[in-house]
Amino acid sequence: MSAGLTTVAYIGATILFILSLGGLSNPETARRGNLFGIVGMALAVLATILGPRVTPAGYAWIIGALVVGGAIGLYAAKKVQMTQMPELVALMHSLVGLAACLVGFASYIDTSVQYSGAEKTIHEVEIYIGILIGAVTFSGSVIAFGKLSGKIGGKPLLLPGRHWLNLLGLLIVIWFGRVFLQAESIGAGMFPLLVMTVIALLFGVHMVMAIGGADMPVVVSMLNSYSGWAAAATGFMLSNDLLIVTGALVGSSGAILSYIMCRAMNRNFISVIAGGFGTGGGAPAPAAGGAQPAGEALPVSAVETAEMLREAKNVVIVPGYGMAVAQAQHTVFEITKLLREKGVNVRFGIHPVAGRMPGHMNVLLAEAKVPYDIVLEMDEINDDFPDTDVSMVIGANDIVNPAAEDDPTSPIAGMPVLQVWKARNSIVMKRSMASGYAGVDNPLFYKDNNRMLFGDAKKMLDEVLVALKA
Amino acid sequence: MRIGVPTETAPGEKRVATVPDVVEKLVKLGFTVAVQSGAGDAANFADDTYRAAGAEVLPTAADLWTASDIVFKVRAPSVDEVELMHEGSTLISFIWPAQNPELMQQLAARKVTVLAIDSLPRQLSRAQKMDALTSMAGISGYRAVIEAANAFGRFFNGQITAAGKIPPAKVFIAGAGVAGLAAIGTAANLGAIVRANDTRAEVADQVVSLGGEFVKVDYEEEGSGGGGYAKVMSEGFQAAQRAMYAQQAKDADIIITTALIPGKPAPKLITAEMVASMKPGSVIVDMAGEQGGNCELTVPGEAVVRHGVTIIGYTDLVSRLAKQSSTLYSTNLLRVTEELCKTKDGVIHVNMEDDAIRGLTVIKDGSITWPPPPLKLPAPPPPKPAAAAAPAQKKGHGHGASEPMSAKTLALVFGLGAVAFLLVGHYAPASFLKHFTVFVLACFIGYMVVWNVTPSLHTPLMSVTNAISSIIAIGALVQVAPPLTDAGTDRPNLLILGLAVVALVLTAINMFGGFAVTRRMLAMFRK
Repeated sequence: MSAGLTTVAYIGATILFILSLGGLSNPETARRGNLFGIVGMALAVLATILGPRVTPAGYAWIIGALVVGGAIGLYAAKKVQMTQMPELVALMHSLVGLAACLVGFASYIDTSVQYSGAEKTIHEVEIYIGILIGAVTFSGSVIAFGKLSGKIGGKPLLLPGRHWLNLLGLLIVIWFGRVFLQAESIGAGMFPLLVMTVIALLFGVHMVMAIGGADMPVVVSMLNSYSGWAAAATGFMLSNDLLIVTGALVGSSGAILSYIMCRAMNRNFISVIAGGFGTGGGAPAPAAGGAQPAGEALPVSAVETAEMLREAKNVVIVPGYGMAVAQAQHTVFEITKLLREKGVNVRFGIHPVAGRMPGHMNVLLAEAKVPYDIVLEMDEINDDFPDTDVSMVIGANDIVNPAAEDDPTSPIAGMPVLQVWKARNSIVMKRSMASGYAGVDNPLFYKDNNRMLFGDAKKMLDEVLVALKA
Repeated sequence: MRIGVPTETAPGEKRVATVPDVVEKLVKLGFTVAVQSGAGDAANFADDTYRAAGAEVLPTAADLWTASDIVFKVRAPSVDEVELMHEGSTLISFIWPAQNPELMQQLAARKVTVLAIDSLPRQLSRAQKMDALTSMAGISGYRAVIEAANAFGRFFNGQITAAGKIPPAKVFIAGAGVAGLAAIGTAANLGAIVRANDTRAEVADQVVSLGGEFVKVDYEEEGSGGGGYAKVMSEGFQAAQRAMYAQQAKDADIIITTALIPGKPAPKLITAEMVASMKPGSVIVDMAGEQGGNCELTVPGEAVVRHGVTIIGYTDLVSRLAKQSSTLYSTNLLRVTEELCKTKDGVIHVNMEDDAIRGLTVIKDGSITWPPPPLKLPAPPPPKPAAAAAPAQKKGHGHGASEPMSAKTLALVFGLGAVAFLLVGHYAPASFLKHFTVFVLACFIGYMVVWNVTPSLHTPLMSVTNAISSIIAIGALVQVAPPLTDAGTDRPNLLILGLAVVALVLTAINMFGGFAVTRRMLAMFRK
C-alpha cells in the first residue's frame, strides 16, 4: 500500500472517529457511533500495517501483540461489573499513558529518523512533553484506579506545602528539559529524560492523592483528557496527523467533561486539581459556617415507604453513589416496574456528578434495564419537583442539599442541586446521619416533609419491594 | 392532665375540636380526655366512639370546663364559657386577638393561659403541621367550588355528547392563597377552565402547577406583605386590577373570591356593575363574607340572586364539611400538644423560648403576651430580584452553548491566543506548522462535537474516547519494523522492538477492551 493510500485511509479513519463521537448525542445513534469507532480503528491499524512504514518482518510481532492484548481487553470488558466502570476506565487511561511513554522513549532512541536545527529541537521538545504527559497520565490513573476500587482510601492526602512541592517539580522538569535539549548524544539525553519521567510519575501520584472521593468525576474525565493529549503529543513526535487529530478529539472531549463536572459542583477547575475541598486553602472546610439546621430527622420504615410510594401519582428517584455501592440498581428497577404497572409515574433525576464518573448513574440504571426516557437530567426534572408526590433519594447527600441554594455561607453554596425538598414528601435512604463528602450537614433531613429510611440501600429497597408486592 | 373538649356553642358551628382518632393519640401522650356529651354529633362522631377511643363523656358543659386543665375548642369562647374557666387552666382555640380585645381582657382576668391557633407564626416551616388556618382554608376552598357547582346550572367539564356539545365552565378565582389554590385544584379536577389572579406575583407558578392559568394585572407592583399575606396596593394598581376584573367578570361563569388582608375589611374587588355584566345563571362564591365580602352585593352568611347571578356569601364553608375539618383541626391541635408535651408524660409546658409556642401563646397565666416580638428568622428565602436572576443563570447547564463570555475575558483569550500563534508562527518550521494547523482544527471539531453528547452518555463517551485514544498504537506500529535507511545503522533495533511490542500489547488491551465495554454499555440503554 502506498503512502498516498495510507494517508487517504487515515482521513477516512479521522472522519469515522468524529462521527463516532457525534453519534453519542443520543442513545439511538450511540451504538452506530461505537461501530464507527471500531471501523475507524481497524482501518487506521490496517492501513498502517500494510503501509510503507511497516515491513513484513514485523507482522508476526504485531499480530502476536494484538492477539494477546485484545484477548485481555475483551476478557476484562466481559467480566467487569457496571458498578466498576469508573475503575476500569481509570485503569485503561493508565495503559494509554504508559504506551505513550514507551513510544516516546522508543522514538528518542530511534536513530533512523534524523532531524537537524529547529526541527530537531522541536522533535525533542515533543518527545519530552509526550513522555511527560504520558507519565502523569499513567501514575495518576493508577492512583485513581486504586481510589475508585477502594484499594487506596478516598480521603485527600494533603502533604504540607504541596503546592511548593509541585512548583519545585515543575522547575526541575523545566531545568532538565534544557539539559535534555542541549545533550550531544542520546546517551547524554537519557539521564534528564529519566529524571523528568520519575518526577512526572510522582507528580501524577501526588496530584490524584490530593483529590477526594467526590471529586473523582473530575479526575477521571481529566485523565481521559490527558490520555488524549498524550496521543496528540505522540502524533507530533512521529509527524502523524491521524494521531494528532484523534488525540485532540479525545483531549478536548475529556476537557469539556471536566469542565461540565466542575460546573455541576460549582467548583473552580484549579481548586479541584489543587486538591482538598474548598478554595485551595488546604484543610477541609469546617462543618458549616452558617446556621446549623434545627429540628429533628423523622425516621420511617420500609413498609411506610412502600405505602407512600403506592399512594403517590408522581415519584422521582434520585440515585447517588450509595446506590452503586449497595448494588441496589436492580431492586430500584423492580420497584420502578411495579409502580409503573400500578400507574405511578416514576422518573429518575440524575445530578451530573452523582457517582464517581460522569454518567455513572445512567449506566447503572441502563444495566438494570431502566428505560432511558424516564431517566432525566437535573435541569429537565428540577422544575417538576413541586408536582411530585414523593421524591426518593437513594444514597446521595450533597447533590440534594438545600443549603447550596439557601445558605450563602455553606461550603457548597451555589452548587446546582436537585430540589427534592420541593416535592410533597421526600424520603432519604441513608446508612446514618453522617454528613456527605463535603462535610456539610444537610438541612433536607430536618425538613417537615422529609423522612429518613435508615439502613443499607439494597436491604431497605428489598424490604420496600416486598411491602409493595404485599 | 385532663384535656376537655366541649360542644361548640356558636350557631351553625358543626366542627368539634377533637376526633376519636386523636383522642387515642392524646391518651398515648399521657393525658386523660373528657368530651362533652354530643360534642361530635354534628360532625358524625358519636359519644360511643369517643368512649371506645378512651375518652370520658361528661353530660354538661359546666362539668367539663371545671374538670379540665386544658380545653380544646374550635371557635373563640363565648362570655359564658369564659366564666366557666378556672385559674391556671389552658385554652387552645381560635381567638383572633386583634379583632377581639374585650375577649382577651376577660380571659386575662380569669388568670388562664391561652394559645390562639390563629396566631401561629406561619413563617416557621416547622409550624406547618400545627397550621390550622391553612388546613381550614384548604377545606373552605374545596367547599366553595362544590357550592358553586351546586348553584351552577351546567357541567364543569366540556363534553361532546350525542345531545350536543357542552363547553367547559370558566372559573375565575381571585386570590391564590391556600383557599384559592385549593379551589383552583378542585375546579380544575372537575374539568373547568380555571383562571386565577393574586397581587403576589410569586404564586403564579403554584397556580399553574394546579392546572390553573395565572392572569396578570397589567401594572408593576409587588404585593407581598410578609408572612404569606397580601398588602394593600397602590391606586394605580387598583385601577388596573379593576379593569382586569371587569373583563374576567364578563367572560367567567363562576367567580370565587378569597381576597383577605389581615386586620382590614376585605377589598371590594367585584362591583355591582361587574355582577350585572355577568351571564345570567353565573355564580359568585364570596369566601371573604365574614370580613364584609369581596363583592359589593354579598350578603354575609346567605346565598342571594342579584342581576340573575347567584352570590353565595356563606361564612360557614368549613363547617359544611364538618367531619373533614374536625379531623384536620384536631390533628393540628395534636401537633401543638406534642410540642407542648415533649416528655410525653401528660403534662404540658408552655415554653416561651420556643418561637412557635411563643407566637401561639397570647395570654400566659393571666398576662397578655400578644402581640409576640417579631421573629428572628434565619434568613427567610428572600423575594429579592437575585432570586429571580438565579434560575436564569442556571440555564445553559448540561450540554449546548453556555452563557457567552464577558467581553473582557473574550478579548483576553483572543489576545493571548494571538500572541501564542505569533510566537509559534515566527519560530516554528513549516513542517511543524502543518501539524499544528491540523491539531488546532481538531481541537475545535472535538469541542463542537462533544458538546452535543447527552449527559446520560458521558460514561460511554469516556470509554469510547478511551478506546479511540489507543490510536497511539499507530506510533508503536511504525516502530516495530520500519524500512531502515543507511542513516539508521546504529539503531538499537531490539530495544525499540521490545518497547514497541509492549506498547502495542497495552494499547490493544485498551482498544479491544474499550470498544467492547462501550458496546456492552450502549446495548443496555433501551427505551
